[in-house]
Amino acid sequence: MSGDHEGQSFEKRLAKARDSAGLDRPAREGKPETASDSGAMRLAMRLGVEMVAALVIAVVIGWGLDRLFHTRPWLMIAFVPLGAAAGLRNVFRAMGPERKN
Amino acid sequence: MAGPTIDALSQFRLTTGLGPIGRVVNFTNSNEMMLVAVAIIIVLFSVGLRTRSVVPGRLQSLVETLYEFVYGMCIDNIGEEGRKFFPLVFTIFIFILLGNLLGLFPYFFAYTSGIVVTLTMALFVFLFTTGVGFYVHGFRFLKFFVPDGVPGWLLPLLVPIEIISYLSRPVSLSVRLFANMTAGHVMLEVFAGFMILLTASLGVFGAVASIIPLGLNVALIALELLVACLQAYVFAVLTCLYLHDAVHMH
Repeated sequence: MSGDHEGQSFEKRLAKARDSAGLDRPAREGKPETASDSGAMRLAMRLGVEMVAALVIAVVIGWGLDRLFHTRPWLMIAFVPLGAAAGLRNVFRAMGPERKN
Repeated sequence: MAGPTIDALSQFRLTTGLGPIGRVVNFTNSNEMMLVAVAIIIVLFSVGLRTRSVVPGRLQSLVETLYEFVYGMCIDNIGEEGRKFFPLVFTIFIFILLGNLLGLFPYFFAYTSGIVVTLTMALFVFLFTTGVGFYVHGFRFLKFFVPDGVPGWLLPLLVPIEIISYLSRPVSLSVRLFANMTAGHVMLEVFAGFMILLTASLGVFGAVASIIPLGLNVALIALELLVACLQAYVFAVLTCLYLHDAVHMH
């Protein structure tokens, strides 16, 4: 019993000490200002890659189907807007609200 | 225009290592660096975890920090099931991290600057996550490609878009890592080349002026250290997110 009581008071004192030392501040107050520039640059790179990747895949699929069905170049042309839409989908997914677990 | 020029891309040329045996089996300098990275990882972890003290020393706390960092990443991004995938994510993270960091040393080869290496890893992650999806959900995993709350007549348009978006994952995953590492190394080489060009063309004044690209290179090395860690982190986090998609669907 007394050990339990002592434990509680220790927890209290620890919490007080941590509080005065500023250790228990909320960890996520937003990103530090200094990182914002390179962060924006990184984001732009990332989103660009996302868009281009979908377009590349769509063009490759269209080209392959064209070879298969001898319909060059119509399927490739048809797949380009689909790829652009998929790229936008990727960007929206990357920028969308954080998913909940 | 005779004299030294900037040859920024020859640093990525693959040569064979290990003498005549390496030449026969096409054992490249990239493979050499992979073996070095794996050896460093094994030695680091076996030495770091040998003491097993409650209050860790420097090496032990480095190893424990890495472990807990990746473990937290798995749990946060995948959920409780993330524990099962921890070995995979940790292997990918530490292998890419070591490759990026080792590549920053002079005369070392950054194997993550090869699209072949990054694409292989990305394809493995892609096939693995797809396999996990089918293993967990069976053929209901195909519903992943059907967005919720969409009128039926739009589905013939939206399902191909979702499939293309899904197929583009390995491309964006691999190109991101490859492009970041390659661009960083090219920039370092170009600025270093400026120093030689300045000295060769302007003599003493050029040698003094080449302190500017030198300073830029020092700053670039710091940036590249950040990029090396960040890209390893991004690759691992995206692996976690794809696994989350496969396990939970949406």
